[in-house]
Amino acid sequence: MNDRAQNHSLGHAFLVLLKRDLLLAVRNRGELANPLLFYFIVATLFPLGVTSDPQTLATMAAGVLWIAALLATLLSLDNLFRSDFDDGSLELIMLSPYPSTVLVLAKVLAHWLVTGLPLLLATPLLAVLMAVPDDARGTLWLTLALGTPVLSLVGAIGVALTVGLRRGGALLSLLILPLYVPVLIFGANAVGASAAGLPVTGQLYMLSAFLILALSLAPLATAAALRISID
Amino acid sequence: MNQPILTEATEPMLAATGLACFRGDRLLFENLDLGVAAGQALQVRGPNGCGKTTLLRILCCLTTPEEGTISWYGRTVGSRDPDYLRDLRYVGHADGVKLALTPRENLRVAMALDTRVEEAALESALADVALEDFMDVPCQTLSAGQRRRVGLARLVLGGPRLWLLDEPFTSLDAAGGDIVRGLIEGHLQRGGCAVLTSHQPIRIDAARSTSIDLAT
Amino acid sequence: MWTFFHKLGSPRHFYRISGRLLPWLGWLTALLMAGGLYGGLVLAPPDYQQGESYRIIFIHVPSAWMSLFVYVVMAAAGAIGLVWHMKLADVVAAASAPIGASFTFLALVTGSLWGKPMWGTYWVWDARLTSELVLLFLYFGVIGLHAAIDDKRTASRAAAVLALVGVVNIPIIHYSVEWWSTLHQGPTVTKIDAPSIHVSMLVPLVTMALAFKLYYATVLLMRARTEVLERERASAWVRELARGT
Repeated sequence: MNDRAQNHSLGHAFLVLLKRDLLLAVRNRGELANPLLFYFIVATLFPLGVTSDPQTLATMAAGVLWIAALLATLLSLDNLFRSDFDDGSLELIMLSPYPSTVLVLAKVLAHWLVTGLPLLLATPLLAVLMAVPDDARGTLWLTLALGTPVLSLVGAIGVALTVGLRRGGALLSLLILPLYVPVLIFGANAVGASAAGLPVTGQLYMLSAFLILALSLAPLATAAALRISID
Repeated sequence: MNQPILTEATEPMLAATGLACFRGDRLLFENLDLGVAAGQALQVRGPNGCGKTTLLRILCCLTTPEEGTISWYGRTVGSRDPDYLRDLRYVGHADGVKLALTPRENLRVAMALDTRVEEAALESALADVALEDFMDVPCQTLSAGQRRRVGLARLVLGGPRLWLLDEPFTSLDAAGGDIVRGLIEGHLQRGGCAVLTSHQPIRIDAARSTSIDLAT
Repeated sequence: MWTFFHKLGSPRHFYRISGRLLPWLGWLTALLMAGGLYGGLVLAPPDYQQGESYRIIFIHVPSAWMSLFVYVVMAAAGAIGLVWHMKLADVVAAASAPIGASFTFLALVTGSLWGKPMWGTYWVWDARLTSELVLLFLYFGVIGLHAAIDDKRTASRAAAVLALVGVVNIPIIHYSVEWWSTLHQGPTVTKIDAPSIHVSMLVPLVTMALAFKLYYATVLLMRARTEVLERERASAWVRELARGT
């Protein structure tokens, strides 16, 4: 098979796997709303549990929404490889002659489209509920747009490491938490700075850098971890 | 443990030398040699837990052996050799079938991961495993035997020369078993080779099959 | 030369050699530790700003240095085990993780104890404490992953991948937290500046740093020996050892 045909087929494999995961998500419609629901619930619990005073709420809003998005992603990550692992499809993917890093990227992209994107679309509504200042709303959305893919990409590494374990759930959170810290810091901070009228270009550049780093390295680590998990 | 079983007749297509493998701290086997020639089936026998599945997984590079090498047509196979992977099909204990998808969709995905095939080829593969009436219903509604056959359908697509089958007859009734046996024999006749494990005796043409027992 | 490395890589030879090395390392560690503590607690003069309470830096700073050093060693050993399938590298990585976690914990506790007289509170989300805390979680993750996977070989490989991902993250975490902290830093937070440290304090500090390194080496060898025995328990030489021949 010449190179051009091979690349063409790799693209085809990527798309077919992406479509498969999206199709599976749609057919398991019951599970689809869970991350979004969780996002809403966590965000709503904060004004109820802490304070409903708009001034105080506005100062913590960015952080709360970021944490809620982070937890919602964490919740939804567990199924990224689990069902494939259980029914033998993961082995099929790993036995493909195509590079597993690309195939892993397809699955992670599907995960983000099903989890991160809805969160992103729901954020403007939640921003209003949480009294996020007007000028900061755009920054909030932008930081989440840059940050949620990183959460999916990096989280996939943790999932790949624990997919073979019987009770890997709690361990997963422990593994991923330290890796999420920088994203959270820059994301939440950018919104705070924007609300105070300060420039946010530095933070946005950092988030973009994280995204590029994650896009290039995370699938490699994930594929290596998967190979170890199914050994 | 020393079981050099190389066929006397022809040059081996698949050969493995010096394989050793651990599971936990148990040494499953060591110094294991095997070879399969074109048109031959190698049956791996042994009691439960003696490493039949592990051996098969080593042969398709899912599991890394402690020691030993595998060669395909005389060429040593590295751990992720795409040409080797393209030339083999592995059907393990699990069917590799997503329940929410139809057999046609499952097959389409399985093949896209390997090589491109025409839609018509998918349909003929499903007909080969007697599932032509069930092509577009979710696999959830199929019986265990039917799902097994969906998983086995990908064997006939793309022309892989090596079939690695782990308990292929599980869940299959007599008719299903005959179908699969027919598929294997057809494959061997066309010059392919197969390595399979099974608890039941595989009633394949004796001239074409050798066996290896891991219990010794 | 290669035979030396090959021998070193063999668990059996490692066991023998480390057994002979251990008493010397142990005594040297104890000596340096005693010397450093004497220099730091008795000989060094009180700090003009903080009085006597600064003396905890002789434990705190070396612990913090070791917490990072051990992580890098663990990640490097993991990488070697992953790439070259060297059993001893896996053993070193597995044995180092709890030691590194202990150093991190010690750094956190001593930092916290120091914080009370300095800042009036046991905990402050300043850059260094926070990144040390995240480092502790990284260690817990590696230890947890090791414990969760039954097959030691697979466990080591998975933990190595995790440690390597963490190593890429350590500078990111450190700088992001520092950046975050400097934005929140109040005027009341003060830091001890290393370059302007007096030589009478510097010498005990360096001695303690060296002592901690040797302590790590000693405890690592001890843990590694146990780990080797456990991993190789099916082999002949271990069974002979157990029988007491």
